[in-house]
Amino acid sequence: MTTLRTTPAGAATTPPLPGAPSLTGRPRPLETVVRWILRAAAALSVVITIGIVISLLGPALAFFREVPVLDFLTGTRWAPQFADKSFGVLPLVTATAWTTFIALLVAVPFGLGAAIYLAEYARPGVRRTLKPILELLAGVPTVVFGFFALSFVAPVLLRGLLGIQVGTFSILAAGLVMGFMIIPTIASLSEDAMTAVPQALRQGSAALGANRMQTTLRVVLPAALSGIVAAVVLGISRAIGETMIVAIAAGARPQMVTDPTMEGATMTGFIARMALGDSRIGSLQYNTLFAVGLLLFVLTLAVNLVAIQLVRRFRQEY
Amino acid sequence: MNPTDRTLEPSVKEAPAHAAPTTAPSARWREERVTKDAPTPVLECVDVDVRYGGFVAVRDVSLPFGHNEITALIGPSGCGKSTILRSLNRMNDLVDGARVDGKVQYWGQDIYGPGVDPIEVRRRIGMVFQKPNPFPKSIYDNVAYGPRVTGMDVDSMDDLVEQTLRRAALWDEVKDKLKQSAYGLSGGQQQRLCIARTIAVEPDVILMDEPCSALDPIATLRIEELMVELRDRYTIVIVTHNMQQAARIADRTAFFTADVDETSGDRTGVLVEFDLTSKIFENPSDSRTEDYITGRFG
Ligand SMILES: Nc1ncnc2c1ncn2[C@@H]1O[C@H](COP(=O)(O)OP(=O)(O)OP(=O)(O)O)[C@@H](O)[C@H]1O
Ligand SMILES: [Mg+2]
Repeated sequence: MTTLRTTPAGAATTPPLPGAPSLTGRPRPLETVVRWILRAAAALSVVITIGIVISLLGPALAFFREVPVLDFLTGTRWAPQFADKSFGVLPLVTATAWTTFIALLVAVPFGLGAAIYLAEYARPGVRRTLKPILELLAGVPTVVFGFFALSFVAPVLLRGLLGIQVGTFSILAAGLVMGFMIIPTIASLSEDAMTAVPQALRQGSAALGANRMQTTLRVVLPAALSGIVAAVVLGISRAIGETMIVAIAAGARPQMVTDPTMEGATMTGFIARMALGDSRIGSLQYNTLFAVGLLLFVLTLAVNLVAIQLVRRFRQEY
Repeated sequence: MNPTDRTLEPSVKEAPAHAAPTTAPSARWREERVTKDAPTPVLECVDVDVRYGGFVAVRDVSLPFGHNEITALIGPSGCGKSTILRSLNRMNDLVDGARVDGKVQYWGQDIYGPGVDPIEVRRRIGMVFQKPNPFPKSIYDNVAYGPRVTGMDVDSMDDLVEQTLRRAALWDEVKDKLKQSAYGLSGGQQQRLCIARTIAVEPDVILMDEPCSALDPIATLRIEELMVELRDRYTIVIVTHNMQQAARIADRTAFFTADVDETSGDRTGVLVEFDLTSKIFENPSDSRTEDYITGRFG
């Protein structure tokens, strides 16, 4: 083993030359305090996540002692409150999957389109006005979106204009509105990621005779990929976890959703409704909430993990 | 070209204090190559003014760029060298507020004329930038990028990439890592990759804006050798702050300076003198040129 030191281990170090400036450090207590405060701030989110998992786990495990995991995950009838109880969660999962899917179908193309327009095509003045408006939309409370679905999208847009036969409550209306809700999130974050791509790369591409679309698709998007994927994943997470819109507009009947014009209860919709009712702490009904909550948590986590893998695989870091 | 043709002998009579005379090639060699008084222009500025917003950055530039010659643009910082260079392939279109008046003739047609597609212009008049700007892709994909986006008809992309990298004197260094990211290369290698990327689309003219300013002397020499080799096939315009570089490689040199407007204080770039490089460095006709190249500027 060699070391980088030139003096052999154990040899006395030479004393500094007379008049040498002192290099001995002063103690810096403030630095230490600041470091601990920052460390605590970073630790907080980790601690909270762990806390959430623990608080979910207890009741959820109690639930799974009464209902086998397999029955829960594969059952197609969700009737926790009926005399003839059944805890197949698939109706809730299909409803969540459909609303999320429809939301993404709307939000990814429109969100990315808006981001590409703002970052690559719009003149700076246009960008400066449009971006804040977009971000304002992201701040609209989801209750408002819920009523928008109920009072406009379902009756006017879907039934009136498009002639799609939907009832007052439908997965389709809820999913569409959820998509509208997520557009600004995806657009704004993707735009940030694209604007962060150095101008020099666009110039390099243009100097080779690439047009703007080629530069965008072949240089800017790949370089901004990790930011864009992060934006989409945040969008998916918000869609999976969105509660108010589905509680208002998707309906309450838990059924296997095979067609988006049906009504259905999503996982979050069920939790919201059930949590409002009175279920005794420790009862099976009460524990059901946590089992569904845990499933939501796991699904969101899975989406994030898949996204991380995707980014690792395809990113082009600048 | 036979490298032994380039006997080394100082070409600059009044060499600037910072000059390293051993690296200045023969003025005789250069004149053997370029003798005509006026170059046969592939590209030519005619009364070009460039404005940024209301500010006139350069005024009244008329300058021919000779076929298969290297033309150097020199002058103090801010005199508009980059501005002029960017106007030669419409890169100024990408700069907000930039406006070019006058004509830039490319084989006799104005690249700012009606119906001209700037994308076609840039495909034929390529550009290498001051800071190496490879794409965050593999070395291979960097070279293949231009041919792919311009829809070049290539038999074998692999062959094209290899030939191009050979011509850019980079093949031996990268042939085993073509699929690795270009960002793993050194700055000098990245710059040669950017040159390779540019010549991959077979342009006519290559514009280079201080291509060596981020590089060490050895990498700089390699790029200079490369430019001298490339000159046989391309017309090259290079902006440089390095006077010896201009003296070493350029056939002709244009000296720019900034005129200060007495009333507004605006600094507007003007072309002072354009001539054979040997003339500019040995016997300039304008005293401002002489002051600049002898280091008496400012
Ligand atoms: N994008 C721009 N917007 C506004 N003004 C600009 C822009 N680019 C350059 N200018 C101005 O135009 C003038 C010429 O700039 P330019 O970059 O062409 O000079 P240069 O000769 O290349 O200088 P350097 O040797 O430092 O690179 C300068 O006064 C500069 O401030
Ligand atoms: Mg410049």
